[in-house]
Amino acid sequence: MRVIPAIESVTAVLPGFWFGVIAVLWAGFFLLEGFDFGVGVLLPWVGGDETGRKVALRAIGPVWDGNEVWLLVAGGATFAAFPAWYASMFAGLYIPLALILAGLIVRGISIEYRSKVATATGRAWCDRGMFVGSLLPALLFGVAFADLIRGLHMNADHQVTGGFFDLVTPFGLLGGLVSLGFFSYHGAVFLTLRTEGPVRDRAHRAARLLALPVVVAAAGFLAWSLAWRGGAVSVAVSALMAVALIISILLDRRGREGLSFASSAVVAVAFPVFVFASLWPDVIPARNHAAWSLTVHNASSSHYTLVVMTVVALIFTPIVLVYQAWGYWVFRARVSEGTVNPVARLPRPAVSASDAYQVTSPPDLPGAGKDASVAGERGD
Amino acid sequence: MSPDTLARWQFASTTIYHFIIVPVSIGLALLVATMQTLAYRKRGSEGGAVWDRVARFWGKLMLISFAIGVVTGIVQEFQFGMNWSAYSRFVGDIFGAPLAMEGLIAFFLESTFLGLWIFGRDLLSARVHLATIWLAAFGSAISAYFILAANSWMQHPVGYRIDPATGLPQMTSIWKVLTQTTQLVTFSHTLLAAMLTGGAMLLSVSVWHLRKDGAEVDVAHRQVAKMALGVVVLAALGVTFAGHIQGQVMTKQQPMKMAAAEALWNTKSHAGFSLFAYADVSKGHNKIDLSIPDGLSILATDHPGGTVQGINQIQAAEQAAYGPGDYVPTVGLAYWCFRLMIGFGVLAGLIGAALIVQWHRGRLLTSDRLMRVSVWTVVLPLLANTAGWLFTETARQPWLVYGLLKTSDGVSSNVSNTMVAFSLFGFVALYGILGVIAARLFIRTARQGIDPSVDIDADDGSSGDGGLGVSDGVLSLAP
Repeated sequence: MRVIPAIESVTAVLPGFWFGVIAVLWAGFFLLEGFDFGVGVLLPWVGGDETGRKVALRAIGPVWDGNEVWLLVAGGATFAAFPAWYASMFAGLYIPLALILAGLIVRGISIEYRSKVATATGRAWCDRGMFVGSLLPALLFGVAFADLIRGLHMNADHQVTGGFFDLVTPFGLLGGLVSLGFFSYHGAVFLTLRTEGPVRDRAHRAARLLALPVVVAAAGFLAWSLAWRGGAVSVAVSALMAVALIISILLDRRGREGLSFASSAVVAVAFPVFVFASLWPDVIPARNHAAWSLTVHNASSSHYTLVVMTVVALIFTPIVLVYQAWGYWVFRARVSEGTVNPVARLPRPAVSASDAYQVTSPPDLPGAGKDASVAGERGD
Repeated sequence: MSPDTLARWQFASTTIYHFIIVPVSIGLALLVATMQTLAYRKRGSEGGAVWDRVARFWGKLMLISFAIGVVTGIVQEFQFGMNWSAYSRFVGDIFGAPLAMEGLIAFFLESTFLGLWIFGRDLLSARVHLATIWLAAFGSAISAYFILAANSWMQHPVGYRIDPATGLPQMTSIWKVLTQTTQLVTFSHTLLAAMLTGGAMLLSVSVWHLRKDGAEVDVAHRQVAKMALGVVVLAALGVTFAGHIQGQVMTKQQPMKMAAAEALWNTKSHAGFSLFAYADVSKGHNKIDLSIPDGLSILATDHPGGTVQGINQIQAAEQAAYGPGDYVPTVGLAYWCFRLMIGFGVLAGLIGAALIVQWHRGRLLTSDRLMRVSVWTVVLPLLANTAGWLFTETARQPWLVYGLLKTSDGVSSNVSNTMVAFSLFGFVALYGILGVIAARLFIRTARQGIDPSVDIDADDGSSGDGGLGVSDGVLSLAP
């Protein structure tokens, strides 16, 4: 080890920096995939009929996959920067994580295949998959983060020893309800901003219905959490969350959709920041014996690896942010019935045999009376 | 049951499944990008319109494959920590870096631009829309680069030192980890295998349409068949060459793996390339062995008299180096996977070559037996990929990281068999159902064929009339 003061100080700072980077990745995930989950959970109610469901899904269709990558990168960054955290957390939260993964799989397939399956039954199954596959992660991420705040039973090797029922606690379940409720609210506000027509109206109604339960659950969770752990930063972030949530609700009632969503986005970003601020400097607190906790320092990678990852992150994160933002800009137009049921610009060439292939669009479909050649959502 | 048994089964089943799909996605993404480039360059002409229809149709099929690859990939990101937490703790300082880079550099690129490509057709200019598919395809190809760099490090650890305080490996050179020879040959081999797989997929579907419609076939399917034949033959040659170099690298770096691949029990010069062997593992020799004289020596060392080390001698050497233990992988599995990988790959190339010959003779449509076999071409690279993957992972055993960590020491000690069984059966059931759904959707869409109408605004899989519409009337399959 070279003993150069500057290097020493960087060595001390880098693990903390990466703790922050991982918090930012989770914040990005909650902000972006949060509304995807909300749209999935609300789909049966906010979507309504076939056209409405298409509109709701189209609002997230182009971006959901890119949003989910924030989770993968959070996982990968944890592996690279804090191998012991990665190992203990995902082995320790085994069952919830397996259920989250199953949910994400079902959800991804449901949204991607919905426009490709030929029958109304197939689409109904996709809607169910979208609902369950969004509900499970939306609930379980909150449970998992609450469990981390509460602390887990660990051994001297910093491995989690508590079983499944160590994770299913009243506090954990409350955390789950907060994340589920908030993501649903966030998704509803997103739809008010991104859609046009009946879906927008129903999304406003959903946001209004969800507002009170979410505020009550979040207030209870934040207060209980602060009783467990957390210093001044946690208190400040929780206050920010509460204020932003209430502002978002008030703005929604006044029909200020953009600003309401911006406030809701602040809540989504603040949520993981609150969790991380409460954990610091632990990454997994041991509830049975504080000295066995896994911390930013005893879980981190070597200095060299952290430097490499820092350089990579500093180069590529801005690039990713630019092109993801550009993607949102490209799809900035509100999604309406016309987006998902476009009128054909060119008539199909008259091919007699082709009529036999048009029955894939079920007759009960709203909008099926239009030109039969544009039977479905185009482009996906 | 030992704790690692179920974890091994889970990793094997989820990863093999993932690796059946991913080469299809990577291969098709690059090929669809090429098709769209041809459509763009010839835009306004009749040929451009044909390529446009081709790119739209194959884009649809690519997306069906992509969806499965993406969702099964999520599991890969997390299951190292879930089932292999001791491994994750051990290698995280090195292995985590390429994994994180894969997410940040490759996955974001792939998923964001795929979304833009799917939904941006009318919102972006033709040129920018073309760029989005290339960026998505590039993203999927470099994701393979990073994950194979991580895997290559398990095959041949480089760029690290053992930290005296913790006994864990620490990275000393990311450059070596990302560019070591093992990685360069493995990536070339795998990417070419993906091209072979994508080309074979093109071939199978278009030959199916050629057979069904004969001389009436949509000219677009004919174009694709032509493209597919070029890709299959070139990729088969390339993958063979890359595999040969990889074999030589492997002989030097992992001698046990090569010896197991050949069921070569004792060190030999003028070693033959075994065609069929039946080993008596307990006695450490083969009961039956048919081989090509000097074949293995030439493969491994480029020299007929070259010496190739045998299993028994390497076992003794590894015992001397790492202490008592069994360092021999499952020889039968390694031996047959190695042969099946080569055999299936070569067969795919031969089918491509046979089709080219018949096409040149103008006899393609009348050689029905060849056409009937060719419809199944895509199965060959899929099996070859699986066999190759099984070989490279199982013949490294008992090592998880060669020379550093044994597989049995990598498993999560605090995860119960019940929990692993729960997730194993859950994932197998889920993957099984998804496989059936995806395969049916893929086949249905493939059979519908290329939409005969030009620039139609509906692009949702519900249109298409099986290539009955536009055909160029006079069909001469000779070029």
